Amino acid sequence: MALSDKDRIFRNLYGFEPWNLQAARMRGCWDGTASILAKGRDAIIEEVKASGLRGRGGAGFPTGMKWSFMPKQSDGRPSYLVVNADESEPGTCKDRDIIRHDPHTLVEGCLIAGFAMGAHAGYIYIRGEYYNESVVLEAAIAEAYEAGLLGRNAAGSGWDFDLYVHRGAGAYICGEETALIESLEGKKGMPRLKPPFPAAVGLYGCPTTVNNVETIAVVPEILRRGGAWFASFGRPKNSGTKIFCIQGHVNNPCNVEAEMSIPMRELIERYAGGVRGGWDNLLCVIPGGSSTPLLPKHICDDVLMDFDALREHRSGLGTAGVIVMDKSTDVIKAIARLSAFYKHESCGQCTPCREGMGWVKRMMDRMVTGEAEIEEIDVLENVTRRIEGHTICALADGGVWPVQGLIRHFRPLMEERITAYKARNTRLAAE
Amino acid sequence: MAKVTVDGIEVEVPNGASVLQACEAAGKEIPRFCYHERLSVAGNCRMCLVEVEKAPKPVASCAFPVADGMKVFTDTPVVRNARRGVMEFLLINHPLDCPICDQGGECDLQDQAYAYGHDSSRYGEAKRAVKDKDIGPLVKTVMTRCIQCTRCVRFAAEVAGTPELGGTNRGENMEIGTYVEKALTSELSGNLIDICPVGALTSRPYAFVSRPWELKKTDSIDVLDAVGANIRVDSRGPEVLRIIPRVNEAVNEEWMADRGRFSFDGLKRRRLDRPWVRKDGKMVAATWPEAFAAIAHRLAGLPAERIGAVAGALADAESVLALKDLMAAYGSTNLDCRDDGATIDASRPDYWRFNSTIAGIEDADALIIIGSDVRREAPVLNARIRKRWTAGKFPVAYVGPRGLDLTYPATHLGDGPAAMGAFAETLKAAQKPMIILGRGALQRPDGAVVLAAAWKLAADVGALTPDWHGFNLLHLFGGQVGALELGFLPGQGGKDLAAMLDGGVDALWLLNADGFGPARIPTGTFVVYQGHHGDAMAARADVILPGAAYTEKDATWVNTEGRAQRGRLAIHPPGEAKEDWRIIRAFSEGVGKTLPYNDTAAIRARLAEASPVFARIGEVARDGCADVAGPAATGAPTDAPFVLPIPVYHQADVISRASDTMAKCAEVYGPPPALAAE
Repeated sequence: MALSDKDRIFRNLYGFEPWNLQAARMRGCWDGTASILAKGRDAIIEEVKASGLRGRGGAGFPTGMKWSFMPKQSDGRPSYLVVNADESEPGTCKDRDIIRHDPHTLVEGCLIAGFAMGAHAGYIYIRGEYYNESVVLEAAIAEAYEAGLLGRNAAGSGWDFDLYVHRGAGAYICGEETALIESLEGKKGMPRLKPPFPAAVGLYGCPTTVNNVETIAVVPEILRRGGAWFASFGRPKNSGTKIFCIQGHVNNPCNVEAEMSIPMRELIERYAGGVRGGWDNLLCVIPGGSSTPLLPKHICDDVLMDFDALREHRSGLGTAGVIVMDKSTDVIKAIARLSAFYKHESCGQCTPCREGMGWVKRMMDRMVTGEAEIEEIDVLENVTRRIEGHTICALADGGVWPVQGLIRHFRPLMEERITAYKARNTRLAAE
Repeated sequence: MAKVTVDGIEVEVPNGASVLQACEAAGKEIPRFCYHERLSVAGNCRMCLVEVEKAPKPVASCAFPVADGMKVFTDTPVVRNARRGVMEFLLINHPLDCPICDQGGECDLQDQAYAYGHDSSRYGEAKRAVKDKDIGPLVKTVMTRCIQCTRCVRFAAEVAGTPELGGTNRGENMEIGTYVEKALTSELSGNLIDICPVGALTSRPYAFVSRPWELKKTDSIDVLDAVGANIRVDSRGPEVLRIIPRVNEAVNEEWMADRGRFSFDGLKRRRLDRPWVRKDGKMVAATWPEAFAAIAHRLAGLPAERIGAVAGALADAESVLALKDLMAAYGSTNLDCRDDGATIDASRPDYWRFNSTIAGIEDADALIIIGSDVRREAPVLNARIRKRWTAGKFPVAYVGPRGLDLTYPATHLGDGPAAMGAFAETLKAAQKPMIILGRGALQRPDGAVVLAAAWKLAADVGALTPDWHGFNLLHLFGGQVGALELGFLPGQGGKDLAAMLDGGVDALWLLNADGFGPARIPTGTFVVYQGHHGDAMAARADVILPGAAYTEKDATWVNTEGRAQRGRLAIHPPGEAKEDWRIIRAFSEGVGKTLPYNDTAAIRARLAEASPVFARIGEVARDGCADVAGPAATGAPTDAPFVLPIPVYHQADVISRASDTMAKCAEVYGPPPALAAE
């Protein structure tokens, strides 16, 4: 069953209508926001918990629970909401479309989320490359201020809430929540040690919750239609609707909001026009943005697109950036490119990531040409294991998982490449 | 307290302690690079990973707080694998140039590689190379060796208070440096060498000089400022090759100042290595008997009140006592140890001591600094003030030249003594207000009045209570306080320095006294100079008695708090130079006024009799103020602005003035040379 239009939260994902406040109101945004806030903090958090919403930024942490970690009583420090719009994961462009085509879902969500965590101020940290998007977002916020939806007594709710946009400078690591906070404070974007978690010591040392754009943007609709409605999509613990970004070797690359737990094959064939050259031409799919290990075709045949199903196959939903590769792909080269990306984006704080990513990248480069020993595949795999889980943040994990996925599923191809290279070189030597 | 089980050993540690501290309490050694007790936790080297029950991943023990009932495992396959992994990663881009690295033999990376390293490398790619940075004449960089632990960055920002270091670029390309290349401006920069766990930051003067196992290590005391930092003098044969700090929580923690650390090459230059006697206006090399005879001959005909003695900044307590006893034997009371002209009132010890103690700075809650640039007069003590300031709620103000950079914010009240009272309200509101009066503020004609005014300020703001003594005099050199403790001051009817220089004496015995201009000594006055460096004063002398520098004698030094500490002989004095008190003892025997001690134990017993300070070596009584009555002085201070006593930090005493290293520093850090056209 395809998701019907009436159940779509982002009704202007494709920008067919204007993004402005008037049009957004016609689509249902800012409808009864004051009455939602009137339900109270706890009721909102309970409703979000009931909806089963899990963070859309990649880690999939239950949102209601995250909000409930914020202090109920202030100890004198203010609380802050920070929205992570530093959407830098290769293969992901959902937040971009939300911001440029439907920004009021986000702005309204900020007010509600801010209220639910006792924050009077929210910051949206948007990646530097999203210049046009930041212009739209700032305009939307200005509109909301003008209409009394933000600022003092926001939307007539009695709650004061200010919202600010901060543009990043384009570092991938600044999408990590604590690095984002550092960057927002004006420092070099390097992840902080946890504990303390941001809910205790975050922005400017105050309790802070960092949420993804999509997570915040779906909240108003959940509260208007009820947690049970949202929970009715997808499998238990993986509920809701989700924007998937389908790209690569498909006939019709697109962003689409679909229900969770949709079979991958259905997702690709229904919305993206199928794999170029037909399903049988599929080589593999990276299901959740560049950090998640790829899945070869035989798994893609029947895997469901949700957190738990993908984890069972040792991959993950991540940000739901579905990268489809058909049989024309040099998959080793594709993954080597990702290794180069992670090497480039490592902040350089932790030893394993700083030193290890370069090593992995250089070995991957040789794997592409085959200029290696077969035993080096084991070294490569071992190096990734020594990086994984030994660092402050998850960048290193995300950087080595694609390589692990490649070795797991395409080892014969790598060996073949090495053998072929050796054969070529042996011939040269004999000449 | 939290109960933590480390590898089955149960320990109790305070709440909020880190897992690493719990492991150490359980006697488990945790390897680390970035963690340092006195710096903030970075948690980035990942060497200290341990397993904690129920944690999904190994945790960085330096940064992870303990919880009651926590179970920690430091020796599991997961932990071993993690540490070996980190070590392998550190080594792949490390040049492994240990044979030509000055850190070799005392390198954390080298040591830990023995425990966690592989015997061969799996890394076949090209290694990273990093361009070296020029950060001044003291610290040499070999940045390819850097493991990016950021200890230096944190030290510069947190302890030294000169945030000039940082990491530029990211990932593999991250480099530690100053961004725009420049010399570090900290007076504590030598400590970067100690905290760097690898050979990236090493000592420039010590480059390629020696290996640690070749050195003789002698515990001693730094005397080039009045903090009395505990040091270790590393020597080989007749040479001091380097000086590094020892830990003493009450004094210097584990830091020391650059002048004390790098001046030692001055010990080899401009030394007085044999006696000299002036004959027909010319200095002529002499033997000890000839020199003694010349002095005895001149003193023999003089009445006692025409003989005087002055002790200076670098005179040790033993020789000061011996000289005092010798003068007493002659019947002279013309003594003065205030060779810089500071009008110290010696009638009560707490008028001249740093009564709050250095560790006590951390208890203070407001501070006024009068006529002192603490940062350059006592860099390590200044770091303690900064540490207190970093802890928060610590208003600081200063009176002196505008624009002092003390490494922490301080309000400028004014240039002269009149501005002293402007901070009184803040001090009054504080529980433990503190007043630091620089010795330099007393080197002026109205010094006695300034001292009285500062004391009165302390009394008025409640800094002088039975539990808290907030009045502090900050001295400049290691020999100044000891002489005060021994009462090397004008006795009954005795003349002070000014009177002596005013033609009050015909013969003057100068013991390390370089604090005043030799031109002030009237022509015709017979001058005996006893010291170790041929500085300006030696040129004025009629007889030169070559003494030993602080590294060349077993001597007692008293720091600004009144803490007596023992320096030890690391190398022997050059040539015919001798330990100073033995020179005086030998002379006394020659003139038939034999002093009643002839070995170190005996003179030290005499020291302990002379002042209780010398009976409790290494300790200091931290008393409150029993009597708020202040030093006597009449009149009000003039509004002449305070002048700082040390114009060039790197060349403040005879040793540092003889040092090439310090000369280079003075060139780099001094004022830019005047343009020819000017």
